[in-house]
Amino acid sequence: MAALIETEGLTRHFPAGEEVVKALSEVTVSIAPGEFVAAMGPSGSGKSTFLNLIGCLDRPTSGRYRLMGEEVEGLSHDRLAELRSRRIGFIFQSFNLLPRTDALGNVELPLIYRGLRRRARRERAAMALAAVGLADRMGHRPSQLSGGQQQRVAIARAIVGSPDLLLADEPTGALDTRTGLSIAALFQALNRGGVGVLMVTHDPEVARFASRVLRFRDGRLVGDARQEPADAAALLAALPPMDQAA
Amino acid sequence: MNAPGAIARERAAASPPSPVLPPLPAGRGGMDLLEALRGALSALAANTLRSILTGLGIFIGVAAVIATVAVGEGARRQVTAQIQSLGANLLIIWGGSATMGGVRLGAGGRSNLSWDDAVAIAREVPQVEVAVGSIRQTFQMVAGNQNWSAVVIAADPDYFVAHEWVPEEGRLFTAEEAAAARKVVILGATVAENLFGEENPVGREIRIRQTPFEVIGVMARKGQNPMGQDQDDAVFIPYWTARRSVMGASRANARQVGTISVKVHEGEDMQEAEEAIRALMRQRHRVAANEPDSVSIRNLSDIQATRDAAARTLSLLLASVAAVSLLVGGIGVMNIMLVSVTERTREIGLRLAVGARRRDVLAQFLLEALVLALLGGAAGVAAGLALSHAVADLAGWPVLVKPDAVLLAVGVSALTGLFFGFWPARRAARLDPIAALRHD
Repeated sequence: MAALIETEGLTRHFPAGEEVVKALSEVTVSIAPGEFVAAMGPSGSGKSTFLNLIGCLDRPTSGRYRLMGEEVEGLSHDRLAELRSRRIGFIFQSFNLLPRTDALGNVELPLIYRGLRRRARRERAAMALAAVGLADRMGHRPSQLSGGQQQRVAIARAIVGSPDLLLADEPTGALDTRTGLSIAALFQALNRGGVGVLMVTHDPEVARFASRVLRFRDGRLVGDARQEPADAAALLAALPPMDQAA
Repeated sequence: MNAPGAIARERAAASPPSPVLPPLPAGRGGMDLLEALRGALSALAANTLRSILTGLGIFIGVAAVIATVAVGEGARRQVTAQIQSLGANLLIIWGGSATMGGVRLGAGGRSNLSWDDAVAIAREVPQVEVAVGSIRQTFQMVAGNQNWSAVVIAADPDYFVAHEWVPEEGRLFTAEEAAAARKVVILGATVAENLFGEENPVGREIRIRQTPFEVIGVMARKGQNPMGQDQDDAVFIPYWTARRSVMGASRANARQVGTISVKVHEGEDMQEAEEAIRALMRQRHRVAANEPDSVSIRNLSDIQATRDAAARTLSLLLASVAAVSLLVGGIGVMNIMLVSVTERTREIGLRLAVGARRRDVLAQFLLEALVLALLGGAAGVAAGLALSHAVADLAGWPVLVKPDAVLLAVGVSALTGLFFGFWPARRAARLDPIAALRHD
């Protein structure tokens, strides 16, 4: 079985005036399907650049990258868009929901570019919202939802197209501990269902839920360790209950 | 409050049994037009006031075009109708300066045209259908206790053919009556009104210069001629009657006429007929080769051509006004689309991240500009139609909105939207998704 992600000497340099910013240098890594990987490192370490390259939002200066066996280098803009549409789901720290659109409409968005009819889109989006536990919030706008709920909408949007890989950039960064735990538990549940997860974080508390941790420093991959992940759902259940659930 | 149920609920909410969805069946790829249209409308509705103000530029341009074209066309038709009321394919020959005893009397002096000139034209110029001499002079006329001053036109019945006079009441006089110099008269509508009011004048008597005439008909109303004169303020009597009883005759002017009206056969070249008549008149009036023409010929289609040229100039002017306002409207669209692209940079980044192709984003913004321009254009058409109806009501001519003007206006506003929307849309499509997602 082909690796989910396979990079070889992946490098991204940005010209900045006379200087060259070496955002990422010579990263060679292979991630199998179904892995839950945390990319860690201080800001400027290259972990976000790595995420953008893996997400086909950016192109490497040099090096190779294969996504599910497909060579990404040299693909057209349209083909990259298609890869993002079919293979990848993005989750951002700031959720990035459309403010004037309700939860269902936000989750529906990626399906518009999959050529699904409106009815099929709405059914599928409703399924995704139900899967993240928001079946009763479909008509709510982002401003009517809590932070945790907004991130769940974003996760529903990421999984609505059945991606092979979820890319999350500090997904719990804007959330409190309890809510963060519930989001991490959701990631773990998705991962158990066979979806690969690559999560960028600087928070060791969050990284412990991953089965593998990549450490970045100054644009280089400096650590790659497997670990027994902590169970977020169990930790959440062990917390003293609150009157309001996330 | 540590009930086991609460924990179970929380656990269920945090980690649903299977959040992974079944695989998504492959779609056709790309977004459908209906969805794009819905997106464009909701984006415009999100900034209703801004959208309306932007569409206003296009609206005004299109409304102005529709209204001015309709009004211009109405005015043009009215002028054309006036010109045609004089008679179609009509040439009017005016006498040049007559020379009396070596004294040239100048234009407008006594006419050098004779009754026989008209007869000769009818006989010798093949393009001519009728040629008829007439004289006109203003007289006071009396009927009962009413009197009125009007032009008396003295001619043969052919005159009615040339000038397309038809009776509303009664009849025209015949060639026999004309030849016999019968004292019959046909009244213009204005004269009939002033002498007889509501009564039917046919069979009654009027006096022109003490001579009694029997009214045998009343002409159908023609209205004003292009010079603004009331054509219905006239009466018509046979030429020879006028010569004997009303206008008097001397040796010098016994067969003189003021003008000759020539109707050219339908489909004949007016210019050729005019040249032939000119040549014939030179010959009959014995004009030497180096002398100027003895007569002047007025072609009514010349008047029409002049009017048409004026109308064309006006249309051109209106077209340029419309072009300028559409340009300004288009720049407004472009401006607001650029603002919209900047405002929605994050949204664009997000759409690109979730799988939109560049062309999807391009189409989205292009469609938005197109819809904006088309809505403005459609509202402009409606307002333009309303305006032209209002103006037509005031001016009293039929509304003439050409469907092609409406189509053109809508088409041009669509093109304006596409043209001025393209650059902002392209800018949106070419955004770097990473930078766009980080945009504040």
